[in-house]
Amino acid sequence: MNRARANTWLFWGSILLCFMLQLMPLPQALLPLKPYWLALVLAYWALEMPERVSLGLAFLLGLFGDALMGDLLGEHAMRLCILCFILLRFRSRLRFFPMWQQALAVFALLLNDRIVLVMVRACAGEPPPPAEFWFEPVTGALAWPWVFLLLDDLRARVRTTES
Amino acid sequence: MALANNETAPLFAPGASSTLRLIAYLAIAIVLMVADHRNDYLARVRWGLSTAIEPMYRIAAWPSQIARQVSLAITDREELTERNSQLSEQLLLAQARLNRLSVLRDENQRLQELLDVQRSLGLGVQLAKIIDVDTDPARHRIVINAGARQRVEIGQAVLDARGVMGQVVEVLPNTSTVLLITDPAHALPVTVERTGMRVIAHGSVALDRLELPNVPISADIKVGDKLITSGLGGHFPEGFPVGEIRSISNDASGMFAVADARPSAALDRSGDVLILHQLTDQVGPPAPAPAEGPPASLRNETKP
Repeated sequence: MNRARANTWLFWGSILLCFMLQLMPLPQALLPLKPYWLALVLAYWALEMPERVSLGLAFLLGLFGDALMGDLLGEHAMRLCILCFILLRFRSRLRFFPMWQQALAVFALLLNDRIVLVMVRACAGEPPPPAEFWFEPVTGALAWPWVFLLLDDLRARVRTTES
Repeated sequence: MALANNETAPLFAPGASSTLRLIAYLAIAIVLMVADHRNDYLARVRWGLSTAIEPMYRIAAWPSQIARQVSLAITDREELTERNSQLSEQLLLAQARLNRLSVLRDENQRLQELLDVQRSLGLGVQLAKIIDVDTDPARHRIVINAGARQRVEIGQAVLDARGVMGQVVEVLPNTSTVLLITDPAHALPVTVERTGMRVIAHGSVALDRLELPNVPISADIKVGDKLITSGLGGHFPEGFPVGEIRSISNDASGMFAVADARPSAALDRSGDVLILHQLTDQVGPPAPAPAEGPPASLRNETKP
């Protein structure tokens, strides 16, 4: 009971934290390098605790993210839904990949996410993005092992303090 | 909850990751996006959400504020004294300039009265602070801490001390979004100060660059020319500095020249901005003059 509650705290805490990280102001030079934290954390939970993560949750988090970041309502929701769907579908494979392969898979996912974003923005009539726009999947893939290890470690701690 | 355990799961299997659900959610997302893009149906939704969201902006800005405080705390004494002397020097200069300006303003006012100008430009401004949130480098937008409760309206021009910054495009109860003049979606009618030629300054992908496409090759325009707002279009009042021409080149077709300008407003800094009130003519009688002199209670006492 207690452990389940701790896990719930960890889950929602991590999601709140990644919203904060997503919003945090950075120097102009670092801005294109900011990873899509929301996707990384959601990907972790989709891989490790799929009973908590569903397409509906991804959609709601995305809507909240849209309102938070002032983007077109539904943009993040669509991106996160697609991401979540692919992750849940290939979960059994991705889980047992070694870390570098997982990072590559995350890179592919984030690249796909960027392509979706470009398509959405093109439909909204915005001009094509600059080259820096494509740095984000790389930094996302580089950040993935750290996110994964950190959240794994926190979960392990929750488990041991209970037993 | 049923999960697709492997990739051989049937395509339309029920469960958390069924394709049907994905399609349904994507359809909802697309409908929402189209509705949001085409209309203002969802402005109300955003309005409602904004009260919940505002604290998050403030919390998210903490790390950068703390970093600023720390850097202030660890700058050493020498640097501070040096900066102090620098600043007092600048203050003197600014004071001198201000004095000259006030003389100019007085002269200007006299001349205007002489000319019997019916409507001198009554510029009302309002101070606001940038809440330092840049979520996307490809779009140049800033969020400021004044909104509908502070009587900000869509379309108002936003300035800083050096020039035009942009215009308000979205208003929430306590905050509003400003589209900067360098946003790729923004265009601004300007004139070249030296010659009076009218051009349109478009935004670009870079924060320190304005594009002036389709300038006639024979036009009299040089590097270093100052651009000011022309007042056409009605959003921006006339005569505010916009930028300075940095380079001129031929466009791909060779029929027109393309000029590059550097915006004069400091678009990449955070700080205070001025929101200009709409330049509509005032309707109705003028406001009563404020009561001058001592308060009524004292006035009675002084009367013998």
